[in-house]
Amino acid sequence: MDLIFFLLFASIAVGCGISLVVQKHPIASALSLIGVMGSLAVLYLLLGAEFIAAVQLIVYAGAIMVLFVFVIMLLNAAEEAPSRKTNWPSRLLGVPLLAVFVALLAYLFDKMSPSLGTVTFGAFTTGGKQIGRSLFNNYLLPFEVTSVLVLIAILGAIVLARKEID
Amino acid sequence: MPQLTAVPLSWYLILSAILFALGIAGFVFRRNVITVFMSIELMLNAVNLSFVAFSHQLRQVDGQIYTFFVMVVAAAEAAVGLAIILTVFKNRQTLTIDEVSSLKN
Repeated sequence: MDLIFFLLFASIAVGCGISLVVQKHPIASALSLIGVMGSLAVLYLLLGAEFIAAVQLIVYAGAIMVLFVFVIMLLNAAEEAPSRKTNWPSRLLGVPLLAVFVALLAYLFDKMSPSLGTVTFGAFTTGGKQIGRSLFNNYLLPFEVTSVLVLIAILGAIVLARKEID
Repeated sequence: MPQLTAVPLSWYLILSAILFALGIAGFVFRRNVITVFMSIELMLNAVNLSFVAFSHQLRQVDGQIYTFFVMVVAAAEAAVGLAIILTVFKNRQTLTIDEVSSLKN
């Protein structure tokens, strides 16, 4: 059952990822990215990370993607115009080299597979309780620094979006 | 073939590598600045999957904490980045990264 769910949602994630790269219209790419994030949330659940799965759906698929879609709508982004100077050698070399890179990594991981072990649903489940305990004990300082970072990001976004830069 | 109830951890890592490579491809080949930005988000998601997979394997919650921090930083980055895209569009009326090259040369 685990295997079926993994294969199903992994193939959805890869399919949506390919769709993100090849679609010409930004809104289609955004929808594909939402598909990737949704299937990754299911994979997080299979890995027993309940809190992270919820945050993935709420923060990523909810907040961040709404921001993206809103900007696409606001700027009335149309289909991508074909590039004036497409660099064909780089494209012809780049895609096979990327495939070789992934194949090498896959081979490496497959060789390491016996020492890495397997993932069984329910073997290790973490909810908000453990995350919160770890976050406010071991990771208290990074947490506070992150809150300052988010505050600065909000201020920066407001300043950038208001000011006219020539 | 392992038994049907368990998925090898390496498969999760391979999926993460595939998604990361797709993110690189989108980042390098696409010309629309919003799509380039979404490719970066895809790469961050791929790394998050590795973090959570290793968190499961090591039976420690730390990997998920890192994922949490990556998500928060990604949210901050998306807010600032989209504000920059808005400003660039206001000044130049274009979203093509080839035409935003004032800093080149």
